[in-house]
Amino acid sequence: MTLDYKSATEKFEPTLGLEVHVELNTNSKMFCSCATEFGASPNTQTCPVCLGLPGALPVVNGKAIESTILIGLALNCSIAPYSRFARKNYFYPDMPKNFQTSQYDEPICVDGYLDVEIETEDGPKTFRVDIERVHMEEDTGKSLHVGGATGRIHGAEYSLLDYNRAGIPLVEIVTRIIPGTGKYAPQVARAYVTQLRDILRALGVSDVKMEQGSLRCDANVSLAPIGSGILGTRSETKNVNSLRSVERALTGEIERQANRLEAGERIIQETRHFLEESGLTRPGRSKEQAEDYRYFPEPDLVPVTPDAKWIEELRAKLPENPADRRKRLQKEWNVPDAEMTSLINAELMDVVEETIKLGAEPTRARTWWLGEISRLANEKEVAPTSLITTAFVAEIIALISSGDLTDKLARQVVEGVVSGEGSPAEVIEKRGLKVVSDDSALMVAIEAAIAAQPDTAERIRGGNIPAVGALIGAVMKATGGQADAAKVRELLLRHLGQG
Amino acid sequence: MAAISRDDVAHLAKLARVEMTPDELDHMAVELEQILGAVKRVQEVATADIPPTSHPLSMSNIFRDDVVKPSLTNEEALSGAPAKAEDRFKVPQILGEE
Ligand SMILES: [Zn+2]
Repeated sequence: MTLDYKSATEKFEPTLGLEVHVELNTNSKMFCSCATEFGASPNTQTCPVCLGLPGALPVVNGKAIESTILIGLALNCSIAPYSRFARKNYFYPDMPKNFQTSQYDEPICVDGYLDVEIETEDGPKTFRVDIERVHMEEDTGKSLHVGGATGRIHGAEYSLLDYNRAGIPLVEIVTRIIPGTGKYAPQVARAYVTQLRDILRALGVSDVKMEQGSLRCDANVSLAPIGSGILGTRSETKNVNSLRSVERALTGEIERQANRLEAGERIIQETRHFLEESGLTRPGRSKEQAEDYRYFPEPDLVPVTPDAKWIEELRAKLPENPADRRKRLQKEWNVPDAEMTSLINAELMDVVEETIKLGAEPTRARTWWLGEISRLANEKEVAPTSLITTAFVAEIIALISSGDLTDKLARQVVEGVVSGEGSPAEVIEKRGLKVVSDDSALMVAIEAAIAAQPDTAERIRGGNIPAVGALIGAVMKATGGQADAAKVRELLLRHLGQG
Repeated sequence: MAAISRDDVAHLAKLARVEMTPDELDHMAVELEQILGAVKRVQEVATADIPPTSHPLSMSNIFRDDVVKPSLTNEEALSGAPAKAEDRFKVPQILGEE
């Protein structure tokens, strides 16, 4: 390659387009009552409807329509008063019906937008991504290509089909073309998918797990010489299955196209596949022959006509926009940008908020989740939230705030809870971790320390305050580290006439 | 509506994965033309005040509750399959697509 990314984007202007598919988390499928559980053994969640057997009659899952309208509302879309399903006809064994039930010219939601913020060299900048449509369809089955060296279709001897996924409600969210992002195109794409994922998660309509395929992104990009005002031929990169990959795939694809154009070659309109290992894309199906899906209205399903009352009921259910919520919490907690970013990247904002709601002091809630709990989670290679409940963390923090636990003791309590020794109270009881706060018990240790180091005691009486450190150390040692050092210091100084 | 050409039939045959001989293409173009002619009569009565419909009944918003009901067993699901392996439907190699 001759042009690197920097020089590629100095010569060419990328134009983006993003299609996101999200599997809804309904209990049952879109048009039948089969379960939707991920990872069930093959072909155990199918029925005559989702297998396309003759005479089967589909019926729409009302919850799926509700979820789709919620998504549309959260993306500032208009909800169509009348929309219909359509058959998208194609012959490919991932759909046993030989068509996919989708929507064509009458989608449920249209004309929305999402504002995404990215960090640029000139500080934070907001890009408005226009949403063309949000429509309903159904997911396809899973193919396994057997034979051939690569597991790809080419060279495969036969394919094996599992239809458990066929018919799971799928929502497709399509942007209009996104011009004017310049060299930030890959970051805008990543920020858009991230923000979309956060919104979908806040709505509670999907598991949004990119690695399990419940959120998938197809990224279109075309290049044109800067200032030319023309729109280049685009490629579509499929199978981008992580947020990082969205950014990498587009960076790689912009470089590839720029180098082709630079060499005087043309861009072929085609579908490309993202290769996770190399960050490059390889060509898939060429779209030179325009696809012909022969869409027509699905005669087995009646139209969807949500009335204004239903739409407003759903609108009232919308949660706070995650981006706004983040800004609000950052302000409320008074957290620096870097720490907020750490919290978000570690996906700990929700639990920290919950812990604070349970009465924990905000700074401590953040420090414990980001610090000790994350450290333990790292060691065990699990999510911090799987180690301990917010209620237990709040309980431990309350004990620190009241002086019943020192940070050091609290770490032992956390460790005990994490290793399954029970609730914080049980761990404290079993391990005997309570701070020695009883003044009379402490005084015994203090008297002993003074008796053992009469010279030091004399120096303190004479005004040498820093010398108290040696006595504090002795008291802490005598109490097995279970005393509150600040308290010990206070008692020692008072006892030696310096309080 | 434009007449059905031989090329249209060839295109449809390709989409439908049906192999047709040149004779059959000629023959089918004529037959489809006749069928379309018959259906075209509907357009004569479809005036502006009659909205197009995709369903015989004027109903909308027919939804089911999101409740799981038992599915077929794996054996039942695969019982009509011409070929199967590893609890899955077995189909011939797929060509020309990714
Ligand atoms: Zn089913």
